[in-house]
Amino acid sequence: MDLILPDLGLLFWTGIVFCTLLFILTKFAWKPILGAVNAREQKISEALELAEKTKAEMKALQSENENLLKEARAQRDSMLKDAKNAADKLIEESKDKAKLEADKIVTAAKEAIKNEKLQAMSELKTHVAGLSLAIAEKIIRGELSSDEKQKALAEKMAEDINMN
Amino acid sequence: MILKNPLATIESLSTFARIFVDRQMKIVSMSIIKLLAFTLLVVFSTSLSFASGGSSTEKEFNVGEMIMHHIKDAHEWHLWGPEHGGTSIYLPVILMDEGMKVFSSKNLYHGELATAIDHKTHQSVTYYKGSGSAEGYGMFHEKIYKLNNGELSFEDGHVHGNAKVFDFSITKNVLSLFFGAAIILAMMLTVAGYYKKNGAVAPKGLAKFMEPIIVMVRDDIAKANIDKHKYHKYVPYLTTIFFFIWLNNMLGLVPILPGGANLTGNITVTLFLAVCTLLVTVFSANKNYWSHIFATPGVPKLLLPIMIPIEIVGIFTKPFALMIRLFANITAGHIIVLALISIIFINKNAAWGMLSVPMALFISVLELLVAFLQAYLFAMLSSLFIGAAVEEAHH
Repeated sequence: MDLILPDLGLLFWTGIVFCTLLFILTKFAWKPILGAVNAREQKISEALELAEKTKAEMKALQSENENLLKEARAQRDSMLKDAKNAADKLIEESKDKAKLEADKIVTAAKEAIKNEKLQAMSELKTHVAGLSLAIAEKIIRGELSSDEKQKALAEKMAEDINMN
Repeated sequence: MILKNPLATIESLSTFARIFVDRQMKIVSMSIIKLLAFTLLVVFSTSLSFASGGSSTEKEFNVGEMIMHHIKDAHEWHLWGPEHGGTSIYLPVILMDEGMKVFSSKNLYHGELATAIDHKTHQSVTYYKGSGSAEGYGMFHEKIYKLNNGELSFEDGHVHGNAKVFDFSITKNVLSLFFGAAIILAMMLTVAGYYKKNGAVAPKGLAKFMEPIIVMVRDDIAKANIDKHKYHKYVPYLTTIFFFIWLNNMLGLVPILPGGANLTGNITVTLFLAVCTLLVTVFSANKNYWSHIFATPGVPKLLLPIMIPIEIVGIFTKPFALMIRLFANITAGHIIVLALISIIFINKNAAWGMLSVPMALFISVLELLVAFLQAYLFAMLSSLFIGAAVEEAHH
């Protein structure tokens, strides 16, 4: 029967020991242990979250990089195109200019040639005129070397005038 | 000779038997015939030794008495040798009788072995009469009484007429309680020290072993049953009660000092733990809990006079069941192991150890599981009761 009857002394000691144990363990064991466990759990979940975030960031960065690359490529293309256009234009312009210049030179040359020609012609004319005069003089001299001849000439001239 | 000191022989025999079982494991490959031959040889030889060593004057071995003696509390820690005059650690007796009186229990156990005649049954009863500083006190069935005219008087096998004194002795169970608490403290403070030193890192050593168990109590016992905003407050209580029960259960399974006491199988201890749970439950109970007891929703007003007493009884039956469950499970475990070992002494033949030791070993291993299971159940049900008490209304 005393197996199922509580004993005051044991109850007293159990109470003291259990309450002391509860107090000491709560204060010096469960608190630091659970604190550390909680802190670690938080750390782990934070680390996981950070990893997830970093992953997303990396992904965003990657797409951004791609966009940037695409843009750069496009820019490069447009720049090349522009440069080519500019070069073409420059070439065209210089070509035109050269042509214009050449034309100008040709025109000037033509003008000069014409002028020279005209000058030469007038010179030639003067010369020829001089020559002709000289020849004419000579001829006249010859014609007028004798009286008969002078007479004949005068007649002839008179005839010509008459005929006219 | 062996039968005079059953407890000591149980211990030595169980050690022998364990070595023997180990050997048996090694020779499992041997053919069954060889094993049987060996068994027969052992039976034969031990029978012979018993026949030559046995004496007709030995007291009849009383299994029930031995087991009851073991599972109850004592003022000594018996190690080996016969019940009277064997080797024991005599524990201090502390009495509250007109001031505090402290003396060694040796003064009781080694006092006079007195005999009295029961007034009703007219049978002779023996009890210890204290000597020296224990003068004037008598002990019967580990209970200390004041002597009247130098003797105890009995009626129907109980002490009658003698005043019982308040006994705050450091009994076997109290000492076991100290050992248990010291072991828990040493372990948990080591673990706590590890975390204090290393911070929130992955645990190593003892911390690595303890952490999953502590986390199990926190998550599977506390968090699972108590509102998630309130469970934090109860985790220290639940972890303490869990480890207290578990460790003391296991300590009870160790056959030698500091184990072997039937602490968690003692009704006083389980009563105290159950009362703790009752108090925690009642003092943390909210309005919703009390309204369920005094005005159970959905119950017609006419039924309330029946319902209220039932609900009030219900408050007490829950921890009462906790108390009985732990007490009965642990005590039963001790009784089974001792009963199985006693087979050897009932049959007065060590060869029966071949049967009783493997069976006792099996039960011991089972008891290891029970030790954990009962601690888990106690903490789990405590948590369930607290959870019900702090639950908010949600209809």
